[in-house]
Amino acid sequence: MEKRKLVVVGNGMAGARVLEELLEIAPGLYDIAVFGAEPHPNYNRILLSPVLAGEQTVKDIILNPVEWYAENGIRLHLGKTVAKIDRRARAVIAEDGTREPYDRLLLATGSNPFMLPLPGVDLDGVLTYRDIHDTERMIEAAATQRDAVVIGGGLLGLEAANGLKVRGMNVTVVHVMPWLMERQLDRTAAGLLQKTLEAKGLQFRLEAHTQALLGSPSALAEGRGEGRVSGVQLKTGEVIPAQLVVMAVGIRPNTALAQAAGLHCNRGVVVNDTLQTYDPRIYAVGECVSHRGTAYGLVAPLFEMAKVCANHLAHHGIGRYGGSLLSTKLKVTGVDLFSAGDFSGGDGTEDIVLADPSAGVYKRLVIRDDKLVGAVMYGDTVDGSWYFKLLREGRSVAQIRDKLMFGESNLGDAGHLGENRAASMAPEAQVCGCNGVCKGAIVKAIKEKGLFTLEEVRRNTKASSSCGSCTGLVEQILMFTAGGDYSTAPKKKAICGCTERTHQEVRDAIREHELLSIPAAYRFLEWRTPNGCASCRPALNYYLLSTWPHRAQDDPQSRFINERSHANIQKDGTYSVIPRMWGGETNSSELRRIADVVDKYAIPTVKVTGGQRIDLLGVKKEDLPAVWKDLGMPSGHAYAKALRTVKTCVGSEWCRFGTQDSTRMGQELERALWRMYAPHKVKLAVSGCPRNCAESGIKDVGVIGIESGWEIYVAGNGGIKTEVAQFLCKVKTHAQVLEHAGAFLQLYREEGWYLERTVHFVARVGLDYVKKRVLDDSEGRVALWERLQFSLDGEPDPWHEPMRAGVDLRQFAPLSA
Amino acid sequence: MKVTVCKLQDIPKLGARRYLKSDGHTIAVFRTAEDNVFALRDACPHKGGPLSQGIVFGESVACPLHNWCIDLKSGSAAAPDEGAVERFDVRVVNGDVELSLT
Repeated sequence: MEKRKLVVVGNGMAGARVLEELLEIAPGLYDIAVFGAEPHPNYNRILLSPVLAGEQTVKDIILNPVEWYAENGIRLHLGKTVAKIDRRARAVIAEDGTREPYDRLLLATGSNPFMLPLPGVDLDGVLTYRDIHDTERMIEAAATQRDAVVIGGGLLGLEAANGLKVRGMNVTVVHVMPWLMERQLDRTAAGLLQKTLEAKGLQFRLEAHTQALLGSPSALAEGRGEGRVSGVQLKTGEVIPAQLVVMAVGIRPNTALAQAAGLHCNRGVVVNDTLQTYDPRIYAVGECVSHRGTAYGLVAPLFEMAKVCANHLAHHGIGRYGGSLLSTKLKVTGVDLFSAGDFSGGDGTEDIVLADPSAGVYKRLVIRDDKLVGAVMYGDTVDGSWYFKLLREGRSVAQIRDKLMFGESNLGDAGHLGENRAASMAPEAQVCGCNGVCKGAIVKAIKEKGLFTLEEVRRNTKASSSCGSCTGLVEQILMFTAGGDYSTAPKKKAICGCTERTHQEVRDAIREHELLSIPAAYRFLEWRTPNGCASCRPALNYYLLSTWPHRAQDDPQSRFINERSHANIQKDGTYSVIPRMWGGETNSSELRRIADVVDKYAIPTVKVTGGQRIDLLGVKKEDLPAVWKDLGMPSGHAYAKALRTVKTCVGSEWCRFGTQDSTRMGQELERALWRMYAPHKVKLAVSGCPRNCAESGIKDVGVIGIESGWEIYVAGNGGIKTEVAQFLCKVKTHAQVLEHAGAFLQLYREEGWYLERTVHFVARVGLDYVKKRVLDDSEGRVALWERLQFSLDGEPDPWHEPMRAGVDLRQFAPLSA
Repeated sequence: MKVTVCKLQDIPKLGARRYLKSDGHTIAVFRTAEDNVFALRDACPHKGGPLSQGIVFGESVACPLHNWCIDLKSGSAAAPDEGAVERFDVRVVNGDVELSLT
């Protein structure tokens, strides 16, 4: 069968992005031809400003060189403007007569800059700012002329003005509104911005209306027509000298071709949620479309559209485009500015404002119905991407409201020396401590490989792909380098590259459709890979087991090696062994056995852990079963996404301050909960008085004894993100502590996402939700606690009942000839 | 030199076994879901992690130390990582896994 033909009109970022997505998911499905009116291959239009400012060259911003098209078998018609779509014959005809028939047509014609209908717009030296050609003419003018006026104080206008200033021109920005970037900034932030730009030497005329562009009197006198522009006349009569005028007052979707072909247009080419126009064979994406009444002029929505469109063209047909929320960042070196959402204020909204004008810092967060709806930041934008994420997720911020203004990074993320301003970091400064990636390497990868999303940066550089604590920094660098309106992590985040499904969707499907094995889940959820990958298989294995205890089949090959060999792999391939010591208490015979094991198996290192246990490091894999047997102590599960330790203080048994028997309480908890697998590791602590020597404040569940009973805290964390646990409730008896702690942990086990610690789980669902399920609903609490006990009932100790625990004992013995 | 290291069913599906060579080196012998077998030196090109202990998927293995993905067929690391590990010919003959040592 002959391949279907796909023709793309428009070789900008939108069209090319669709092709990239399409080639990834359905290579070879279409015979593809592309028309581009510009004589250049696809380039990053957002980066024209750095080119204008001399920070990058045209070559730097090419996204797909001509060879890319050839390598992918795409016929590229450069410099050819399409004249007509013949819908009846299903063919596209260019001005030079080139004809390409299509089965599917993709319109990505972008937008045209808007020219104010002023006297004098036809003069030489009057430009818009849209493409490489405009940029080159501006660079030329800057080399020979002295004065420039930019009409329009929006994002694009200010970037143009800055670029021309950097190139040595006198620049005045004429803006009709009372403050700059009024669509992205409030008055205060705009004022700070204006001050910064004025310090760079830019001049401004606000609330200023342009009356006319003046020609050259000498040219007129010599009969050479009006010649070059000489000045801009305002309604007030003022004349600003200018030999270059840049019009940056907005864009209009380019719909001429679509309209001529009889496609329904309303401001833009009207498309549905699968990016199809009224003719279902014809798709449209990018700035030329009107989706649910909105035409977008930034790159992030365009990428979201491209993904959906490519999916549909590939016959996957699962994605829908539901519109985009926008964020903005100005690409002017030395200016830190971020805005997102709706910050117009008004009824029902509340503002949280931090202003330190002399330090040049201003932040305003707008909240409606306990949700963040808008954010404007100037001077310190490190948390911009975090606010944007909160905004997109639309989740309640009531719980974190008092900390909201101070951002995500105030809570002490470890690993990058407290660095939180990417712009001020040196290129050799390390950003990602896990993978040793410095800022320069990230910037280089973004520029050279044309990266736009956090995921792409992770894939290409590994930065922020391990512990993730530097994600904010990497996003900042991405914003700076790739341009402000880069696409953040998608709203709906797939588990991994094997699927479009999210963790939540997979959890739901496993429960609703009673999926009991990984192959069944992959089949039902239409996984793209036959047996997943190292990311999704462990997640699915956990979801199956936690949803259907005693029914779903455990698959050891889908577990990370530590959970397969029940020991913790070390850098040299040996293992560490940590036996369980209930509540951190041990005795002479255990210690003697440990000492004997250390001698017998020549174990090089013995170390006391932070969780009140003893770690034997450097055990050979073949020795593991014998070591377990000789120790005669239960598995400590120090290797597993499971209950680790219950740390305790000595409590009222010995301590002169102790109010409660914390050691016994801890041991009861540990005996009730050990062998409990969870989305991530789980650590508990019990202190016998508010002095809190067991450090209950940074544990997944922390219990503190007081004279009248026990306080229970949840979702603390002492790791990458030091987070103080939140108060859940106060109870009287040991049994109540067990029931409440158990119910909370079962909720986490049933609803947490794989590799999500309790701190992230509670941040996602909200403490109110946890309280509703664990405190307010007492029947529900009992049911949760019973389900946990049911799950753990009869669960074997893998060290001492390996057969029953499904441990593959063959792994311990190597093969030999 | 060819050696029979084990039966096919001695290697778990989507898993591996370690074969100890007389010179002290270890070779990881992998089995995929489709019962194809592959053999690589049991040392990740990154930091020498034991690939035999990784999670096997498709025709790749993820190193247990830092999650580098190694192609079982070629021994090469998947981008952006760079490097390759020595590979060995291996095949199944009448249910026996036969490894070629060179």
